Amino acid sequence: MAHELRAIYTLWIREIKRFARQKSRIMGMVIQPLIFLFFIGKGMSSSLPMTGNMDYLKFVYPGIIGMALLMPSIGSGISLVMDREFGFLKEILVAPVSRTSISIGKALGGGTVSLIGGIIVLFLASFVGISLSLLIIIKLLLFMGLTTFTMTSFGILLAIPMESTEGFQTIMTVLAMPMFFLSGAFFPLEGVPGWINILMRINPMAYAVDGLRNIMYRGTEMITMTNFNLSFDIGVIAVFGFVITMLAVIAFNIKE
Amino acid sequence: MENIIEVSNLRKKFSKVLAVNDIDFNVKKGELFGFLGPNGAGKSTTIQMLCTLLKPSGGQALVNGYNIVDNSDKVRKSIGLVFQESTLDENLTAYENLKYHANFYGVPKQKAKSRINEVLEMVQLQNRKKNIVGTFSGGMKRRLEIARGLLHYPKVLFLDEPTIGLDPQTRNKIWEFIQNLKKEENITIFLTTHYMDEAEYCDRIAIIDHGEIIASDYPKKLKSNLGGDIIKTKIENKKKAKEEIESKYKVEVREYKGYLTFEHENGEEFIPEFVNHFKENIKSITMQKPTLDEVFLNLTGRELRDEEASATDKMKNKMRKGGTK
Repeated sequence: MAHELRAIYTLWIREIKRFARQKSRIMGMVIQPLIFLFFIGKGMSSSLPMTGNMDYLKFVYPGIIGMALLMPSIGSGISLVMDREFGFLKEILVAPVSRTSISIGKALGGGTVSLIGGIIVLFLASFVGISLSLLIIIKLLLFMGLTTFTMTSFGILLAIPMESTEGFQTIMTVLAMPMFFLSGAFFPLEGVPGWINILMRINPMAYAVDGLRNIMYRGTEMITMTNFNLSFDIGVIAVFGFVITMLAVIAFNIKE
Repeated sequence: MENIIEVSNLRKKFSKVLAVNDIDFNVKKGELFGFLGPNGAGKSTTIQMLCTLLKPSGGQALVNGYNIVDNSDKVRKSIGLVFQESTLDENLTAYENLKYHANFYGVPKQKAKSRINEVLEMVQLQNRKKNIVGTFSGGMKRRLEIARGLLHYPKVLFLDEPTIGLDPQTRNKIWEFIQNLKKEENITIFLTTHYMDEAEYCDRIAIIDHGEIIASDYPKKLKSNLGGDIIKTKIENKKKAKEEIESKYKVEVREYKGYLTFEHENGEEFIPEFVNHFKENIKSITMQKPTLDEVFLNLTGRELRDEEASATDKMKNKMRKGGTK
């Protein structure tokens, strides 16, 4: 057991070290949410006036955090495909380490890196005009951690049958972009056509964005923009995460 | 001497292709054992089965006393492995690659540190340990992989084509390391190669072709089975000399471009005797040791080199279709 934990730790720290050395990845992580927040957020807020203390920028901000978590999380599946392409996967596979530990270590490593992306966006809270108490920040971090682990497992599950990075990138665009746009990050669930509403309701990202709003805007007017209560959001993501992680572990055991 | 690898009736079938066909062989403790054959003969498939990366379709094998199917975790702990292609993380430093390996194999932390320095010293990469592996040359990477394969004190080190894709100078250096290793680490080395000259360094070799072992013995013995060294001589009065040699030494003498050639055991000791007998009649005499190339030619009727190009293409196609699990 201690040995498996050491292996999980090793896989985790490896992802972080690799990330820290890839300056372009870090830059991308900082710049992408900034673009969304300021160009789309600012642009939309001026053309979509909201009532009272409601502000479109505040509405979209938790969604941008969600995006900052989602993209690198799903994308971290690519590191599995790359490990296969560049051979390092063989080094892990031939080691006396269980396949289960390998998938969990990978998911934790990728999840942590994505969490860093979310934290970067969290620093922008005051620019949007939101003040966060320490308690809220802790709650946010825990919820964000759950979300990234879930979404990273999802990315890894998608990556397991993939033989090339190009193939994975296609899957990622086809899947991650709709997941983001149908998460309720840009427009609320109400008032959309029924079939889009159904798609949004089966999209786990919708619960991630909703959960972030629930935590961030508790006790403020913005809370009216949420659709579910927080425990339901947490429940959906946790169940989804558990199922996906199990599937990833099983798929990895079969494939390798 | 006891066996550290015991293989009996091992077989592997990929959908339609029988890659390894009921092979039997043993490797003794401390031996440098070479698996020799053209590309696509089944060398890598065999190594992957012994390393528990592929499940055999039949037969069984023991590595360090553990069954490769039922006890794969114990087998993995007993072996070090260097693959044909690099499996290093090129974004990490040499030291990190080794440290992570120690973690995966459960080498105690304090021990790991001194051991890492020890293996780095062995492959002369001590001064590069903090460099990112991506900046290393092919030979340095291969050396680092060998060091990594040794890190967790394996009983057997598997080297799958350790010198493939390296220039001759680097190849020689890798061989120097391999031979030093055998002395210093008291380890069993199992390697595959399709270079006949490299197989000469091995204590014992098995020649594999089309998934079957066609010969297995000491390189010297395999060569001596050919009937001895090749003697080539230019001699006065050819006709008479030829008859005389044939009746005296009971060998078949061929005439070629004015030379007489024949095979005789123990050429070094034979030449003085031969010279003594024919004296001034001899204009020139040379002796050539048979190489494993001739052994392969004799066993299969083909030259190993002819095989390579076509077999490599076949292998590549197979990999493209089915992936390389």
